[in-house]
Amino acid sequence: MALIELEQVTKIYRIGMVDVFALNGVSLAIEQGEMTAIMGPSGSGKSTLMNILGCLDVPSSGSYRLEGDEVGSWTDGQLAETRNRRVGFVFQTYNLLPRLTASANVELALLYGRSRNAKQRALQALDSVGLRARAAHRPAQLSGGEQQRVGIARALVKDPVLLLADEPTGNLDSRSSNEIIAMLQRLNRDQGLTVIVVTHEPDIAEHTRRVIQFSDGKVVSDRPVPNPRTAIADRNAQEGSAS
Amino acid sequence: MSPMALLKTAWFSIGSNKLRTGLTLLGMIIGVAAVISLMAIGRGSQNFITNRIESLGSALLFVRPMSTGAGMFGGGGDADDLTLDDAYALLDATFAPSVLAVAPEIQTNGQVVAADANTFAQIYGVTHDYLDVRNFEIHNGMFISPAHVTNGSRVAVLGSDVTETLYGARDPVGQTIRLNQRVFTVIGGLESKGGSDDRRVLVPITTAAERLTRQRAGQGRVNVQTITVKAAGADLVDEAMAEVTTLLRLRHRITDEDDFTIANQQDALDTLNETNETFALFLGAIAGISLLVGGIGIMNIMLVSVTERTREIGIRKALGAKRRDIMLQFVTEALFLSIAGGGIGVGIGALLTRIANGRNIAGQNVETVFSSDIALLALGVSAIIGLFFGIYPAARASALHPIEALRHD
Repeated sequence: MALIELEQVTKIYRIGMVDVFALNGVSLAIEQGEMTAIMGPSGSGKSTLMNILGCLDVPSSGSYRLEGDEVGSWTDGQLAETRNRRVGFVFQTYNLLPRLTASANVELALLYGRSRNAKQRALQALDSVGLRARAAHRPAQLSGGEQQRVGIARALVKDPVLLLADEPTGNLDSRSSNEIIAMLQRLNRDQGLTVIVVTHEPDIAEHTRRVIQFSDGKVVSDRPVPNPRTAIADRNAQEGSAS
Repeated sequence: MSPMALLKTAWFSIGSNKLRTGLTLLGMIIGVAAVISLMAIGRGSQNFITNRIESLGSALLFVRPMSTGAGMFGGGGDADDLTLDDAYALLDATFAPSVLAVAPEIQTNGQVVAADANTFAQIYGVTHDYLDVRNFEIHNGMFISPAHVTNGSRVAVLGSDVTETLYGARDPVGQTIRLNQRVFTVIGGLESKGGSDDRRVLVPITTAAERLTRQRAGQGRVNVQTITVKAAGADLVDEAMAEVTTLLRLRHRITDEDDFTIANQQDALDTLNETNETFALFLGAIAGISLLVGGIGIMNIMLVSVTERTREIGIRKALGAKRRDIMLQFVTEALFLSIAGGGIGVGIGALLTRIANGRNIAGQNVETVFSSDIALLALGVSAIIGLFFGIYPAARASALHPIEALRHD
């Protein structure tokens, strides 16, 4: 049983009188421990796919099984619970609450479930992304890369089975991008966390082990990356990172 | 979401926009303070009137003359049909066994002049029983005796305010005063009872009729304005009323319409209480409206807040917040606002009540009664208002689709 199994998934949005197929018969399986990039031009359906994978939305038809559970028939409450327990989101715009400190932002993910020692766990998560010292800072006091690391800490704090990153480096400079990619790779390699990255940068995709190409709501190619590049979070070492 | 986390979140959200929170609170504060202070005034006046009536004495009937006849230009009887003899006749143990005592009175007013001071007072012509029937007590000296009434003596008993004005702390007994230019000897002073009762000068009713009101009545035909009848017991008031009616109709040879009215003290109390309750309700309704306006303010601000925080709601939902969590968060914020506003409002209302109590406002002596049941009610109502006006914005927030909420900027 794969972690994610999609069969003939469609997603239809009704815009005015016209039905738009955001996803048009997508079937794919992603195994536990994979690191996958999803690529495609805007409007190709990759964000819709992410939303469905992350249980923010349900398919119009077809079947989506997460860890063997059929998601399509779930209630709002069950979807919310899954988002809380099994999925971690990393957003392009970080989506941190500006009024909360870094640690409070991480704690936010622990708010909606029975979690003990929320404060401590949030600090541990910040520690794992190297931001323990910045725990009391607000997002505005952090650099873009640091904010995204807080975002990752927030996604990780609940120990999800699936990490979904939607253009995680879209707003970052190359050095910070590298840092983030290195972090995602490390999580995948060391902890066996399943990571799915939506990106339109081929360079980022080259760091994953599988690239799924989308166009017009369909999978047009699905290929393994034979020799994924390894990102090293250091500008000087970047040249030698290709292996 | 744990209750503690909920409270913390609500507190944080509310605290993040202090000016807006303050203004929203102000709406509730004004509403609740208005309810508290207006109800306090309502209850105060109710108390005041009840006390006044009860201080008159108990189990009383008030008999007054009334013009009879329905003629447009006042044809028929006159208003001088009640006499001192009528009053004494009511003491007849055979015809009126339920009557314990009577206190006829004539009221006029005039200048009271002492040696070195003068004042304006209500002058009452009364009999000896007036003291007991109307619940007065002698502070010094003596009261008007039956002999004073019989002889038409020129003696006077002063109310405590009058004594104070004319003599200060000195003993007025034995002093000479002039009432409307006629000389009277002060024989006593009354214990203070509060209000207008203390601004009275009491003289024998016969003296009042002859010397102070220009009655040219013969012996026993002293016309009186009110006869206060004290029943032999609180349960005998109705019997006394019937006996007095029968007796007076006989004496006045009346076959159709009475030429007098009898007011029952309890009836008067009930009527006044009823009036007062209407008054209090009216005040409460006005205050309730301002409370409602405060509630609408909360709803308004909550709706703005939901729109402003759409993205935050999206983030929370992406992190696993259920509809219920979002709903609770916003309802808690609304409740926080309304209960905090209500609490401060109760405080300010209590303060206003205390400040206004006993003060002279626009010529009226205001008496206020702060009642904790009203305070609790106001708090409860503010909580309900918060809930009521918070639910709609909260429902809107919780119904937002996470994806659309996340896309919002």
